[in-house]
Amino acid sequence: MAKEPRTRKAPAKAKASVTAKPTAAPDDFILHSLQETHEKSRKYDASTEEMLHFYEQMLLIRRFEEKAGQLYGLGLIGGFCHLYIGQEAVAVGLQSALTEKLDSVITGYRDHGHMLAYGIDPKVIMAELTGRQAGISKGKGGSMHMFSTEHKFYGGHGIVGAQVALGGGLALAHQYNEDGGICLAYFGDGASNQGQVYETFNMAALWKLPIVFVIENNGYAMGTAVKRGSAETEFHRRGTAFRIPGMDVNGMDVLEVRNAAEIAFKHVREGNGPVLMELNTYRYRGHSMSDPAKYRTREEVQEQRDQHDPIDGLKKVLLEHGKTEEDIKAIDKDIRKIVAEAADFSESSPEPDPAELYTDVLVEEY
Amino acid sequence: MSTQVSEASDAVVGTERRLNMIEAINEALDVMLERDPDVIVMGEDVGYFGGVFRCTAGLQEKHGKTRVFDTPISECGIIGVAVGMGAYGLRPVPEIQFADYIYPGLDQLISEAARLRYRSACEYIAPMTVRSPFGGGIFGGQTHSQSPEAIFTHVAGLKTVIPSTPYDAKGLLISCIEDNDPVIFFEPKRIYNGPFSGFYDKPAEPWKRFDASVVPEGHYKIPLGKARTVTEGEQLTILAYGTMVHVTEAVCKAKGVEAHILDLRTLMPLDIEAIEASVEKTGRCLIVHEATRTSGFGAELSALVTERCFYHLEAPVERVTGFDTPYPHSLEWAYFPGPVRIGEAIDKILKD
Ligand SMILES: Cc1ncc(C[n+]2csc(CCOP(=O)(O)OP(=O)(O)O)c2C)c(N)n1
Ligand SMILES: [Mg+2]
Repeated sequence: MAKEPRTRKAPAKAKASVTAKPTAAPDDFILHSLQETHEKSRKYDASTEEMLHFYEQMLLIRRFEEKAGQLYGLGLIGGFCHLYIGQEAVAVGLQSALTEKLDSVITGYRDHGHMLAYGIDPKVIMAELTGRQAGISKGKGGSMHMFSTEHKFYGGHGIVGAQVALGGGLALAHQYNEDGGICLAYFGDGASNQGQVYETFNMAALWKLPIVFVIENNGYAMGTAVKRGSAETEFHRRGTAFRIPGMDVNGMDVLEVRNAAEIAFKHVREGNGPVLMELNTYRYRGHSMSDPAKYRTREEVQEQRDQHDPIDGLKKVLLEHGKTEEDIKAIDKDIRKIVAEAADFSESSPEPDPAELYTDVLVEEY
Repeated sequence: MSTQVSEASDAVVGTERRLNMIEAINEALDVMLERDPDVIVMGEDVGYFGGVFRCTAGLQEKHGKTRVFDTPISECGIIGVAVGMGAYGLRPVPEIQFADYIYPGLDQLISEAARLRYRSACEYIAPMTVRSPFGGGIFGGQTHSQSPEAIFTHVAGLKTVIPSTPYDAKGLLISCIEDNDPVIFFEPKRIYNGPFSGFYDKPAEPWKRFDASVVPEGHYKIPLGKARTVTEGEQLTILAYGTMVHVTEAVCKAKGVEAHILDLRTLMPLDIEAIEASVEKTGRCLIVHEATRTSGFGAELSALVTERCFYHLEAPVERVTGFDTPYPHSLEWAYFPGPVRIGEAIDKILKD
């Protein structure tokens, strides 16, 4: 299974002890080297075509989520529904750098964007939100629990932090099968305080698993601002104790995200073990649909929207690259049509058959 | 206390204070924080934010950040820390935001909290009350709807308490906090704001319209291990707790059935005397819970009734429960053990 790990030397900060500890090994550099490479040229050198593609994907997520919010308001989507608005550049920037059908992705409950970034049909995602038979999980999973074997998308998980350990397992399977794939495991700033995250960090580093841990730091875990729930708020440092290199990335710029992704994925693919990426981002909407939002000011949200919006940001770049307002409007129109069709589909497709309540519990039916 | 609709339906009757279950729980915590400096309220978003269901609203402001505070999302740590606090003499009241999230803390509950008294021969104890909203009927799907009470009743060394009215919620919670054992206090979230009849297409009614929302000020206790008679009746005994107390009551009313409905209130310790007395009187017993059927608490109740009341039984004990499946996202009302299934079970038991 895992390759023999390099022998590690003790860290430089040696305490006064009987036997003096050796000073830092030169390979400690590795903990910062990825970040240093990233900082050399932060922005991915994208072609206009690629940028258009990123733009479309981010806009699709934005409009899809806005529509989901509307359907929720109309009572067509019930229960718990977490929107990804504001964070679009993260999923798009990272997943565009993955190798389709090879690499695996796993995330938490804020999962619509990750699925859309993978090119999964918006219709079956929306139909899952409305709990219909045609939904990607036959209406059984709902907003938080969606899966696609075709895309090696392993869900959508409602239990905060649980998916991180599962991601470790996916990575171990990639390694065991020698299939060359890597796992991208997303989780939140809040989730990063679950103990099992660190159990997984240790195993991943110990066994040099091909996994990229992605902390989407959107500043809040429900109503808890990062600084009120976390002792170390520089989340990219959270792997240091396990010798996992960290990267601190602007998650509001898709080109920066993609640039960092290239560096991280290469490192992991070459068999060097895990990387921990902190993607600094922001969610514009409430935690879920019922969120009194008393924990932050309107101004704070507005500032993010006005100054850091990932879609507006890329639009500017596209205009600089010779695209016109008309080109952009045409994309918007297309996307709105796709989203409207997804909504229609999700409203018109039937509820699951009550007999479905009993299926998919175990192999056999009882 | 019964949950009959009061005459003047909308208005607050008389001068008594009427609280919903959230307010009653909040008040129990407030009273205990006031009375006992060892009481500490902690959990995800309970401090600054006041809890996702507002059960701890205002408590941090009033009692300060050392008494009421937020924790990171670390259920295993929250419960483990509470065990240690309890062992050192504090009386922690951790909140687990939803019962569905208690599982990361199970190891600490089962291996530590439940066992500390026994294995230290009472040198140390874990006097903590884990509050957690549980149960379905809110369209929460599989991670916001579960009823895992039987996992805890199966563990020797834990107590499990489930209120069904604001009055009971306050009195029971105070008893739990003062109790020297680890208690799991499951709050039926569907009935936080008003009792639920199970007839989901009818408009929800607020607690204010029901006498059980009259909650005295200050400190009072409802003893653990004492069931509450909801309605008197001779035709059959119905054993229920939490939301299902109200559903069964509404079904009996709709069908004109005179049942002796017992709200168990605490599953462990269990008021077996009250159960026996009732079943001996009626000769028929229906058990209703939302949790899945196999190895559910209903199985324990059924076994107890059969063992102790066999010669009084005129019909087999019946159970209406959740199906043995995960809680679904769609088809919630097909899944929920509501009026139709309860009605059928009552018919069957009365016919047998
Ligand atoms: C084990 C567990 N505990 C608590 C919750 C309730 N909960 C759902 S989301 C959430 C906040 C998570 O915040 P973060 O990880 O930052 O992700 P974000 O919502 O910001 O994307 C909490 C506490 C849960 N789903 N699972
Ligand atoms: Mg967050």
